[in-house]
Amino acid sequence: MEKSAVFKGKLLPYLLLVPQLVITLVFFYWPASQAVWQSFLREDAFGLNSEFIGLENYQALLAQPEYYKAMATTVVFSSLVAALSLSIALLFATQADKNLKAAPTFKVMMIWPYAVAPAVAGVLWLFIFHPSLGTMARPLRMMGFNWNPMLNGNHAMALVVMAAVWKQIAYNFLFFLAGLQAIPRSVLEAGAIDGAGPYRRFWTITFPLLSPTTFFLLVVNVVYVFFDTFGIIDAVTGGGPAGATTTMVYKVYADGRLGGDLGGSAAQSVILMVIVIVLTAIQFRYVERKVQY
Amino acid sequence: MANVSLRNVRKTYPGGFEAIKGIEFEIGDGQFCVLVGPSGCGKSTLLRMVAGLETVTSGEVDIGGRVVNEIEPADRDIAMVFQNYALYPHMSVYNNMAYGLRNRGMPKPEIDTRVREAAQTLELAGMLDRKPRQLSGGQRQRVAMGRAIVRQPKVFLFDEPLSNLDAKLRVAMRVEIRKLQRRLKTTSIYVTHDQLEAMTLADILVVMNGGQVEQIGSPLDIYRKPATTFVASFIGAPPMNLIKLGGNEIRAQFAGDSRSAAEAGILGVRPEDLTISGAAATDGGITLNLTVEAIERVGAETFVYGTRARAEKAVSATPGELPEGEVIVRIPGQDAPAIGASIRATASRDKLHLFSANGRNRIDI
Repeated sequence: MEKSAVFKGKLLPYLLLVPQLVITLVFFYWPASQAVWQSFLREDAFGLNSEFIGLENYQALLAQPEYYKAMATTVVFSSLVAALSLSIALLFATQADKNLKAAPTFKVMMIWPYAVAPAVAGVLWLFIFHPSLGTMARPLRMMGFNWNPMLNGNHAMALVVMAAVWKQIAYNFLFFLAGLQAIPRSVLEAGAIDGAGPYRRFWTITFPLLSPTTFFLLVVNVVYVFFDTFGIIDAVTGGGPAGATTTMVYKVYADGRLGGDLGGSAAQSVILMVIVIVLTAIQFRYVERKVQY
Repeated sequence: MANVSLRNVRKTYPGGFEAIKGIEFEIGDGQFCVLVGPSGCGKSTLLRMVAGLETVTSGEVDIGGRVVNEIEPADRDIAMVFQNYALYPHMSVYNNMAYGLRNRGMPKPEIDTRVREAAQTLELAGMLDRKPRQLSGGQRQRVAMGRAIVRQPKVFLFDEPLSNLDAKLRVAMRVEIRKLQRRLKTTSIYVTHDQLEAMTLADILVVMNGGQVEQIGSPLDIYRKPATTFVASFIGAPPMNLIKLGGNEIRAQFAGDSRSAAEAGILGVRPEDLTISGAAATDGGITLNLTVEAIERVGAETFVYGTRARAEKAVSATPGELPEGEVIVRIPGQDAPAIGASIRATASRDKLHLFSANGRNRIDI
């Protein structure tokens, strides 16, 4: 049986593709090519004219110790956020997958944080952990812990990681739960009869069968921590203290928008783009091979 | 090697639905027990209770002299073959079979011996490195069997293991399972809704309906002497003809035996026990005058569907497939009367079954 409809004429397929192509062109290729072009330019302080300077922006950038620091910060931040949000979401999903009475309520509550905008999520966490206003900051200090994310870089990092993880758990949770529910019950029952306890069953059956979901989420989460956490960092720490939470994407903003160095900022965003493309390619190339489909 | 005893086993779901309403029977060591019944009769639930995948509300499940109600599936020393095979999709055939042995900490060389032996038996030797998705339905089924036999458990549990196979393969695997079980002499419980599978495999046949046991016995005993009209119409294909007795000419034939005639409400006669003949039955047999409605030729035999001339209504017992007043006659060969013809079908007295009016009791004549 031929299921697909066949259209005569060449025009219709292209017309159908146009909306998608226009959106991609306007919102991705155009700004991306602008960024690439701009990274070869130097603008004067008033933005009146610009001159072509080739790779000078890149050379200047790679000579900056701050840039390497931002890279290191990004590595720490993104691995913490990805690892924590994935593992906590998986833990919650396995709990929600059990036949508990409260499971439906639990699922709905888990999904709410996803509806909160990153910047708002950041502000919420800042309220809770603000050194002078925060509801949690006081108890922490009373316990003798000198909590101050405004001055201590590690505390600031912990705070943005918490906010970013909190927000991403909801998304990961949804996908993990769907993945868990797609595993046939009888396979797990067979495992139980085969003498595997709950813990062993999880690691030898459930986890391998979840790997397509895990892999998909890994890709999505890496993109999330590289780009979408900008709002959280901006609202909570503004990249501080002393650049302790300035990730690469935040530095793009800080240098370009706040520092006025459009060329340098464009060069950074090009590098960032290349890194994410390479990371995603590596994930598809190597991780996907081990994935059980 | 073990007996399995069920003592007044019940299962009530949290919603209040009673799936198993007090079941009691014993399966001797090495016997092959088949649970058969229509869908929803509780046969799979009962099997899962023996496996430990469903809790037992009350009563006792006893495997090898040990009450296992509170014992985990893994510690009951059973192996189960699932309807959808439930193979581990990410493991090779070898690992699928070895998994249960590794979990029990068996030394590697012994695992290897057992897996290769099972693979040899099941003709899977060349496929040990393949993943389940690269196998055909029949091969997957054999891997599921292999996973059960490498464990050398006390009891095999089969939950409709052949229902996902095509008809030809089903027959072949049915024979394989029986041969394998005979050789291994492992006590087995097998759930099916297919009465043919039930008849051919069972040492003990348990016919279930609505969460209760209708009849237990050897397949031929059940075929020869069904205890209720439900069993009568469920075991045997095509089903037994059941005819409601009114104050009529059929009842008159039992006039000599006043007791049975008085109590009986339903007469049963198997299609294969009816013959088309010119003369009326003698010696207290019955004669049915039929008008031929339809003919089914299957080759070696032919089914004649007729309606009774003076229609006494046949009983429609669940799952009685016969419409009221219809009678099936099974005759050998391909010759058959013409549609619309009037025929006379007779059966001798020893081929007749009598049941009480509600169909729940058999009356021996």
